[in-house]
Amino acid sequence: MSRDLLRVEDLHVWFDLDGGGELHAVQGISFDLAEGERMGLVGESGCGKTTSILAMMGLLPSSASVSGKVILDGVDMLEKGEETVAPHRWHDVAMIFQGAMNAFNPVKTVGEQIAEPMLLHGTASSKSVASARVRELLELVGISGSRAKRYPHEFSGGMRQRAAIAMALACQPKVLLADEPTTALDVMVQAQILELLISLTHDLGLTMILVTHDLPVVAQVCGRAAVMYAGRIAEEGPTQTLYHDPRHPYTRMLFAATPDLYGDDAVISIPGAPPRLDRELVGCPFQPRCDSAFDPCPSKEPRERSFDGGHRASCHLNELPTAATVA
Amino acid sequence: MSQNGALLEVSDLVTRYPVPRGLIGTIARRPRQQVHAVEGVTFTVGAGEMLALVGESGCGKTTTAQTVMRMVEEDSGQIRFRGRDITGLSHRELRPIRREMQIIFQDPYESLDPRFRVRDTVEEPLLIHSEGGSGKQRTERITEALVRAGLTPPDLYINRFPHELSGGQRQRVAIAAALVLEPKLLVADEPVSMLDVSVRAGILSLLDELRKSGLGILMITHDLSTASHFADRIAVMYLGRIVEEGPARDVVRSPRHPYTKALVSVVPKRDPRDRTEPQILQGETPNPVHVPEGCRFHPRCPIAIDDCRATDPALEPVPGGGAEHRGACIRM
Amino acid sequence: MSSGPPDQIVPLNEANVVVGPDAPAEIAVGPRSLMRTVLLENRAAMIGTIILVVTTLIAIFAGVLAPHSTTEQIGPVYAPPSSKWWLGLDDGGVDMLSQMIYGARISMIVGFAGAAVAMIIGGGVGIVSGYFGGRTDIALMRITDYFLVIPDVPLMIVFAAVFGRSLLNIIIIIGIIYWTSTARLIRAQIKSVRERVYVKRAQSLGAGHNRLIWKHVMPQVVPLLVANTVLTIATAIFAETYIAFLGLSDPTKSSWGRLIQNSLSGGAIFHNAWWAVVPPGLAVTVVILACTMVGQALEDAMNPRLKVGHLSVRRFRVRPFSARLDTR
Repeated sequence: MSRDLLRVEDLHVWFDLDGGGELHAVQGISFDLAEGERMGLVGESGCGKTTSILAMMGLLPSSASVSGKVILDGVDMLEKGEETVAPHRWHDVAMIFQGAMNAFNPVKTVGEQIAEPMLLHGTASSKSVASARVRELLELVGISGSRAKRYPHEFSGGMRQRAAIAMALACQPKVLLADEPTTALDVMVQAQILELLISLTHDLGLTMILVTHDLPVVAQVCGRAAVMYAGRIAEEGPTQTLYHDPRHPYTRMLFAATPDLYGDDAVISIPGAPPRLDRELVGCPFQPRCDSAFDPCPSKEPRERSFDGGHRASCHLNELPTAATVA
Repeated sequence: MSQNGALLEVSDLVTRYPVPRGLIGTIARRPRQQVHAVEGVTFTVGAGEMLALVGESGCGKTTTAQTVMRMVEEDSGQIRFRGRDITGLSHRELRPIRREMQIIFQDPYESLDPRFRVRDTVEEPLLIHSEGGSGKQRTERITEALVRAGLTPPDLYINRFPHELSGGQRQRVAIAAALVLEPKLLVADEPVSMLDVSVRAGILSLLDELRKSGLGILMITHDLSTASHFADRIAVMYLGRIVEEGPARDVVRSPRHPYTKALVSVVPKRDPRDRTEPQILQGETPNPVHVPEGCRFHPRCPIAIDDCRATDPALEPVPGGGAEHRGACIRM
Repeated sequence: MSSGPPDQIVPLNEANVVVGPDAPAEIAVGPRSLMRTVLLENRAAMIGTIILVVTTLIAIFAGVLAPHSTTEQIGPVYAPPSSKWWLGLDDGGVDMLSQMIYGARISMIVGFAGAAVAMIIGGGVGIVSGYFGGRTDIALMRITDYFLVIPDVPLMIVFAAVFGRSLLNIIIIIGIIYWTSTARLIRAQIKSVRERVYVKRAQSLGAGHNRLIWKHVMPQVVPLLVANTVLTIATAIFAETYIAFLGLSDPTKSSWGRLIQNSLSGGAIFHNAWWAVVPPGLAVTVVILACTMVGQALEDAMNPRLKVGHLSVRRFRVRPFSARLDTR
């Protein structure tokens, strides 16, 4: 497997604030993804996970500025901003927006709405080609093609989410960015959608980034995950390693704050709140909330260290001679 | 907790909503339809006990909570609070009872008046019930409630507006406002589902401490993991009925009803190695307007037999389980 | 089960207030501070307020400000503006400026009082209808619909003919015609506020209607009511102008509308006496514009739907790859 279908290098996003000054929402994240791989991007709200994938799609407002590279098949999509990202958007990289299932136009049929991007982007030459493709897409996500002529209110929540996935797949992308695709759904429907996403990556060789705050979902769906905190990746690695051998206290504390169906250990919340991102961060951003902070943490920014098996983390504890006792 | 002398006893509760027929429906005299939100639900909550009502959306768990709070009128059944039937009580007769049962809502961003300072929100219940004596005594009680809800030091929060607080802090303010009248029963409707993962545990632990101090808590949640961790007992609802009920551990570790089994199997586990083969039920919960005949779960049930179409099973002790573990399935 | 360290119990300093795109979008402000912010920060609203305040002061101090009598002839018929009479004289040789100043008084009284009547009827109906809902709502909204479809001008003519052409009657008729839109707006707003969870929470605590309406519901509606009233003032002033123009105004009181009517019936146009037509017309226009600027700004500030940003604007900027070095 080639390691880099998609490679993100030192991605930064800033937002201009109304009262002057800027918000450094994404502070230099890097990762790469192989074809067919599923990676989770997890963290608390405000940690920059959604902003990161919006930046990868070039879907940022005019108040935003970006630096870094998003390299797809060796081509930097962000090189010249909108000009270079537009040809790839939806064609190579597609996104399922958070709450997409509730964003359908109620007065147009679901089929029309799925066909729209195809006609707009010229992937379908005519309406009849598009409608044939719409049926195909609906079947792909587990909806009978004949339902294309139905209106969104005739679909259940789970089916609307499937339709939203079909819409993202309309232009045959290589990379699918899914932003909280199951957040508003019931567990049973969530399980159905997650199964669908897994089978799509298998069948179509789709590469997926799953953005969610729900650690167990990532643990069950993704082979690898990146834990984001304050706009940076605190730790990244195989999900099994993150759970059993975390190298960043934030990862460990996040798992400990999540109740598990069979777990008997106490569920412990993380005190405090994430830092503000409209000012420069000094030292480790997690230090005020960390249960194992020590001397260098408040003043020195931790260095990223790599471990076996594509595992990396930014924590001062890893610099200690007894680094094995980190978490 | 023993069954007799329970704080809250709900028996055979039924709540239905009429479905609006619309103009054409009215003219055409289409038959009036009803949403069978709650269809014969029986449970108890004792003092110092937490019961979790678990189910997917549309299963009737929130309607049950709102009926218990008398925010929605029931169609039949009994709600006994501290031994007294509170169904059919008038607004006036309910007032003293409302002090003793309080509710906290799902969305802490919506449940506090944006123009009320923390003090005003927590003081309001005292004012409504003309309680708390002089202004100074009221301030004392407000402070006490804030401390109990974990907002310490209270001076830091008392003059804040909701928009100056985080989601977790807002939920704590809502809890403080519920505690200020020193209730006996707390109904918590999805108290953490809108909160960030990192703060959920704190709110749940707070509820746990309140339970230990003698409060009866009825928690409504869709999250089995949360319920298994914090509740004493779990009641699983499906289409307006309780299909399985029992001690939290038993329900989660040895589920007996096929619906509970499926539900348990699809809950994502924290540990990637715990990946079990999810037993995914096809389709979604049917519309509670047209409840299936017989066992309401049979159309989606993997083990349904012909009898299931005909018999509507009652909640009975499961064979080989503890006396408190009950299920509603003829194939247990 | 151990409870672990309590979450969130950190001193509230500015460091842990969430900012940025994920921060809660709605920041609640009191009605008073909202109005203050709008009036101070929105340029159009500020200009509008100044115009309204100046006009109101002129109306109040008309007796002191008017240089001449409004009834006596002080010079030749249709004398053009000069240093003696800045705005010239009318067909009776009466000073236009003084009539304008006194006319402001009547126009402003009708504007404010007419809008007040509309606000009281409309606000009242809207509150009752929206808060109680059900049959009350249906009945009141049906009545509102009837008033909405009555054509304004014929009703005014009939009303003036039947009840007489007094200032009070004009105010009443304006109020009666223009309360309907206020009622609908307020009803819609109250209906949505009533569904808010915090209102339900207060209700579950046992709060009565009085408390719910005045403590929880109304504060969310008042700013909208104020904005709507300011806009109604403009409508009322305009209505007074055309009532007067149709000759249905109080014959003993001279307003801007009446000045326009006078100039036409007195043949100002044939005498090329633009000073008898343009100033009152301009005054009406400017005051209406001022009301609209203030009212619109208030309404925009309160209607969240008008402030939604979109992701579709993709003019984001790309910084050089080394930007990281500059920011550290």
